[in-house]
Amino acid sequence: MNSNPSTPMNAHAPSSSSGGAGSPDSNTPRRNSKRPKYSRFTQQELPACKPILTPKWVISAFMLVTIVFIPIGLTTLFASRDVVEIIDRYDNACVPGSKSQKVQHIQSATSNKTCIRSLTVRKRMKQPIYVYYQLDNFYQNHRRYVKSRSDQQLRNRGDENDTSTCKPENEANGMTIVPCGLVAWSLFNDTYSLSTSNSQLTINKRHISWKSDRDEKFGSEVYPKNFQNGGLIGGGRLNESIPLNEQEDLIVWMRTAALPTFRKLYGKIEVDIEAGETINVVVENRYNTYSFSGKKKLVLSTTSWLGGKNNFIGIAYLAVGGLCFLLATTFTIIYLVKPRHLGDPTYLSWNRNPGGH
Amino acid sequence: MGTGRKRRLHFSKIYSFKCGRNRFDDDHSQIGGPGFSRVVYCNETGVAEAASQSYADNYVRSTKYTPMTFLPKSLFEQFRRVANFYFLVTGILSFTKLAPYSAVSAILPLIVVIGATMVKEGIEDWQRQKQDYEVNNRKVKVHRGGGVFESREWKNLRVGDVVKVVKDEFFPADLLILSSSYEDAVCYVETMNLDGETNLKLKQSLEATSTIHDDSDFNHFKATVKCEDPNASLYTFVGTMEYQEQQYALSPQQLLLRDSKLRNTDYIYGAVIFTGHDTKVIQNSTEAPSKRSGIERRTDRIIYFLFFILFLMAFLGSVYFGVVTKRDLDGDRQRRWYLGPDRSDIFFDPKRAPAAAVYHFLTALLLYGYLIPISLYVSIEIVKVLQTIFINNDIHMYYEEADKPAHARTSNLTEELGQIDTILSDKTGTLTCNSMEFIKCSVAGTAYGRGVTEVERAMAKRTGSPLIVNGRDQLLDDHNDEDSTLSVKGYNFEDERVTNGYWFHEPHSDVIQKFFRLLAICHTAIPDLDEETGKVTYEAESPDEAAFVIAARELGFEFYKRTQTTVSFMELDPVSKKRVERTYELLNVLEFNSARKRMSVIVRDEDGKLLLLCKGADSVMFDRLAKNGREFEESTKEHVNEYADAGLRTLILAYRELNEEEYKEFNEKFTEAKNSVSADRDELIDQATEEIEKDLILLGATAVEDKLQKGVPECIDKLAQAGIKIWVLTGDKMETAINIGFACSLLRQGMKQIIITLESPEIIAAEKDGDKNVISKVSKESVKKQILAGKAQLTASTSDPFALIIDGKSLAYALHDDIKSTFLELAVGCASVICCRSSPKQKALVTRLVKEGTGKTTLAIGDGANDVGMLQEADIGVGISGVEGMQAVMSSDIAIAQFRFLERLLLVHGHWCYRRISSMICYFFYKNIVFGTTVFLYEAYASFSGQPAYNDWYLSLYNVFFTSLPAIALGVFDQDVSARFCLKFPLLYQEGVQNTLFRWRRIFGWMLNGLVSGVIIFFLCTRALDPESYRKNGKTAGMEVVGATIYTCVVWVANCQMALAVSYFTLIQHVFIWGGIILWYLFLLAYGAMPTSISTTAYNVFVETLAPAPSYWVVTLFVVIAALVPYFCYKAVQMRFFPAYHGMIQWIRYEGNTDDPEYVNMVRQRSIRTTTVGYTARSIARDNNLYHLNLELQAPK
Repeated sequence: MNSNPSTPMNAHAPSSSSGGAGSPDSNTPRRNSKRPKYSRFTQQELPACKPILTPKWVISAFMLVTIVFIPIGLTTLFASRDVVEIIDRYDNACVPGSKSQKVQHIQSATSNKTCIRSLTVRKRMKQPIYVYYQLDNFYQNHRRYVKSRSDQQLRNRGDENDTSTCKPENEANGMTIVPCGLVAWSLFNDTYSLSTSNSQLTINKRHISWKSDRDEKFGSEVYPKNFQNGGLIGGGRLNESIPLNEQEDLIVWMRTAALPTFRKLYGKIEVDIEAGETINVVVENRYNTYSFSGKKKLVLSTTSWLGGKNNFIGIAYLAVGGLCFLLATTFTIIYLVKPRHLGDPTYLSWNRNPGGH
Repeated sequence: MGTGRKRRLHFSKIYSFKCGRNRFDDDHSQIGGPGFSRVVYCNETGVAEAASQSYADNYVRSTKYTPMTFLPKSLFEQFRRVANFYFLVTGILSFTKLAPYSAVSAILPLIVVIGATMVKEGIEDWQRQKQDYEVNNRKVKVHRGGGVFESREWKNLRVGDVVKVVKDEFFPADLLILSSSYEDAVCYVETMNLDGETNLKLKQSLEATSTIHDDSDFNHFKATVKCEDPNASLYTFVGTMEYQEQQYALSPQQLLLRDSKLRNTDYIYGAVIFTGHDTKVIQNSTEAPSKRSGIERRTDRIIYFLFFILFLMAFLGSVYFGVVTKRDLDGDRQRRWYLGPDRSDIFFDPKRAPAAAVYHFLTALLLYGYLIPISLYVSIEIVKVLQTIFINNDIHMYYEEADKPAHARTSNLTEELGQIDTILSDKTGTLTCNSMEFIKCSVAGTAYGRGVTEVERAMAKRTGSPLIVNGRDQLLDDHNDEDSTLSVKGYNFEDERVTNGYWFHEPHSDVIQKFFRLLAICHTAIPDLDEETGKVTYEAESPDEAAFVIAARELGFEFYKRTQTTVSFMELDPVSKKRVERTYELLNVLEFNSARKRMSVIVRDEDGKLLLLCKGADSVMFDRLAKNGREFEESTKEHVNEYADAGLRTLILAYRELNEEEYKEFNEKFTEAKNSVSADRDELIDQATEEIEKDLILLGATAVEDKLQKGVPECIDKLAQAGIKIWVLTGDKMETAINIGFACSLLRQGMKQIIITLESPEIIAAEKDGDKNVISKVSKESVKKQILAGKAQLTASTSDPFALIIDGKSLAYALHDDIKSTFLELAVGCASVICCRSSPKQKALVTRLVKEGTGKTTLAIGDGANDVGMLQEADIGVGISGVEGMQAVMSSDIAIAQFRFLERLLLVHGHWCYRRISSMICYFFYKNIVFGTTVFLYEAYASFSGQPAYNDWYLSLYNVFFTSLPAIALGVFDQDVSARFCLKFPLLYQEGVQNTLFRWRRIFGWMLNGLVSGVIIFFLCTRALDPESYRKNGKTAGMEVVGATIYTCVVWVANCQMALAVSYFTLIQHVFIWGGIILWYLFLLAYGAMPTSISTTAYNVFVETLAPAPSYWVVTLFVVIAALVPYFCYKAVQMRFFPAYHGMIQWIRYEGNTDDPEYVNMVRQRSIRTTTVGYTARSIARDNNLYHLNLELQAPK
């Protein structure tokens, strides 16, 4: 940033200024001069890179994207293909009949809700196998729903009565509910028990929730209280002797999903399942998705380094990579065919219509 | 009186003052009535009556705010903006349950934005406050009582105080002069700050008080002044003074106005009449009309458009929301039972779905508010302030001689500088220096003087003759301004036949002697003898007059002393070769006025001979010559015409010898006329002088050059190449204006001149008849006819350039409502327009006509008080901070020291600022639309319930922190092409004039780009992350993960888009662009580390859930590239195959000039082709075969 007399001063500057110009930053003011101090900043002459999209740059940028994207695409696609995923929609299968019959069935306290499903494993599933339930058309991201909880209450025993945000599910029978709010109230309560032909598959529910939730958001001193005691029973009940931070189903449920179709972790199976085996699932189909025409699915899935089965990322990478390759070749061809098509200035708007003379 | 006092002459006797007489005319009868109620008890502080008066104190406040009013007033100003008001409303609503986010997060950005603006306001006001403090605490001597004067601050001055102001001090308030150091109690006042005029004005006290000369005299001084109430009229004052039990009438002649300066007078005593805000100058200071730039107006429209979109989105969402909500409860059956529809509050109640929808509409308005860039206005303001700092600091616009840098006084018009379509320029002081140089003379029929004028130089260029003086010209140019030993200001006469006393050897040496004596005697200048150096300087009424006296001095007739009755000068005696002193007795001065167009003096020389010396305009002088005085008439006339052609101002010099009787008769008449009090006094004086100023003997003519400012022709040429039209509005007469037009290449040979004037015989005949209605009717018809004829000419030949020259009288008619549009069409069709003899008001009217008639941006440039109207009327007023005082500068938007700086101001700064601001605004809309799109799309997946995927603080900080700084950096630093290329390819400027960078197509292009980016980001992110697990540990992505990922992509895309759009990548850009992204991650870390009660959904989100997940990074990379590809393709194609003009220049720069000279030429030629004025066009007109310009084919050389 240092400037010296060799910098382009005003060409007409008389000699009197050169004394000051040699040391423009010196603090001795030259008799009241208002001459602006020279600096590359104030003169807007900062060193700068002036990028311009030359053919070389354009083609290499596209090629670079191609070169980076194709391998990533392939890798992710392979990763996704390694993942074995079994999805079973059971809501309709478990409850036959019309919609209103289904609703009636699910709302009835007495009806038998047990339902048996069997799944075939097409490909060997290596442990850990994750068990999810997937709900469709369930707006966990509805504002009324999202807001209807009390983080204070979940965290601190002392804030038990801090339920103002939980309405309408804040109290029942004149007593506060712990955990309060619609989210907790509508806790998913279908249960699955899985078995293969030769053995029961234990579903491990430990650490299916985020550690920070267990440690920070759900208190170890806070126990469920007065939960599902109101007139309307929403979803699952909670064991009142277990503190909230160990109620992992609840914790998972209470991390609201982003979109109306979502999966939530139910548990882990920590044994491999061989291809060809059949898994028998005993579903306690209690949760009401019939009122709002939601779907319920049971999902068993392994994971890769990228997570679950998702070809989208890989395909999208390949698509964009391919597109860029296409663009690169197109541009190359155009540049070769019209090597110096100089922008014809006659196309400039003001030349088409030369303003009066 | 006091012996120490200088006894200087009684000027009241030299000048035929009209002011010395005090008559009670009609005005004074109003004293005491309404509007004339002020009573001032002079020198009676402490007296009960005086104390009971409650006139304003002398504290002057120019600040907008006081500490008390700052908050409410500035807040009010802020919320008058629609966008800000909207954000205020949303801020208030965010405290209700309607809000989709927390109130604090909504209010904070508003506070930041408003706070930043208010800090700016505050700083500006504080600087004004500092100025006020300085002014209010200046000291002045005030009579304390008992004849003792003490120093007191200005602010403590009271009405009625008696003050003593000494030489070169400003008057602290409006004063009534009581007496001065001169015996006749006159004083000289410089009113530069008031009207911009540099010549000194004479004020004189009442005779009754003029005898007070000592401090002690004020011990018993008492007077009562009754006068008009405070008003803004600078040139009127009505009042009476009661002094020693007598009534005296007061006139403006006794009033010394605040902010004018005492000059050439040792001291004055005055009584304070008006103080502080009552003073005339402050009453006069109107708030400059606040101007808004076209871009800002268009920005407002875009904001309104966005508001429309916002309301539309909110409306659609609400309708959907209402329908869905209603469906939730079907009798007893609940559909989405988990929302508890049966127990809902009003906001979600299915039973009251319409109401819920209405409430939801409000919520949606709050949520989609991110479509409106909250920080746009404050960013624009910040950017503009920085831009003005660049303008103020441009070393290339610093004028060394006057020590004046450019000064942008308002910061809200910078980008308008890049869109100027028409420049309306004053002539004197703007194009010319307003310094007159004595350059030639014609004595006894012989032309002297070898100096070359700008015009001659230009004409030599024009006729194509190689400029013989070229080499010397350069020399002159270089030395003229700085080297005082070689040249004398106001004098540029070179002729070895005359200088150094050689005139004695010329054939008519006696005439030459008389000629120069006349120059030394016939004037009203006052010499100022510097006793140390013995050098004489002059104080003259006009620069012309100074030039004459200086010329006489340089040629050996040194005027050095003036007394009330004598004029003395030193002269080289040709015989004895000695300097001899000559003293002429000064008998009468017959003043100059615009009707007489001449001035004379009557003197008695040392031999007792009576002489009348006269100088005047050629139009009046040749008629007054005696039969025997016309010896040199023919040759002199010829010379005078030559001089006028060369752009010089000429005066004819003549004399006459009087005999005693004749003079006696005249003097009686003249004295009687002067002393008469009747209404026709002026006429009597005219008659008296008419009779004596005749039968003159011609001596010769002088030619004074009104010098063009340095670099003016070059600047005009560049501006013309840039396609800017230049109109000259001048008060000068037509010939002079045309000359100057030639000098600065606005006119050239081969250009057809359409002259509209009212000098035709029938008009003159009508004028003689004197019937006003007839005159105006005939005149108007004539003007109309001429305009129509001009238009016919214009349409007949499209290939010839035309010039329109119109005089003030015709202009008055041409500006009538019914013909002004025709006139405008004609004027716009002409390459250059010159309006001469135009009044200040006409200048303003023409400016308004151009501005409103064409709808284009206009710039007015001028230096004098007469340009103020024009400057304020134009879109941008540029004041020349030259010699003509500060009035123009005070009412201008930008002040520069020289006309030539306009080139850099417009072509470089204007272009840059325009480009920067328009790009920045487009970018602001882009980034907000990207963000708004993602918010809206997410809503579609949340059944329009008003739940954003983002954490509250992500929402609120988006505009303020993560994306605004790069945009501001763009607005401050971006350059499409460097300053050098801006000047080399002036046509680049047309980008601004045509508004190519901010036309609707481009704005909507950017908006579309934003929409596309937003859609790509949203869908790619959600498809990639949901619903399967996104990590190896099998966990699925909740709202916080998806939200943060989308947000990350938005921040990346917005910033990378910026990186693609920037064409001048300095370190600062790097810091801001990449810094914005890094800042987001840092914020995420910091915010995530806060306790859960603060960070809520963002708690640990980055550390725990995002960063360890490869898919997060993979998705980010992918989405960012995918979202940028469309724009990148567009830009690559556009840059290569359809480059805009700046793009072509960028190619030239990139490929190097030598790479393809043909291309460079072609691009440059573009900028020349449309040009019709300026010397480049002139040279092309000459060598037209070189460029094959059919435009010029008809004007072969």
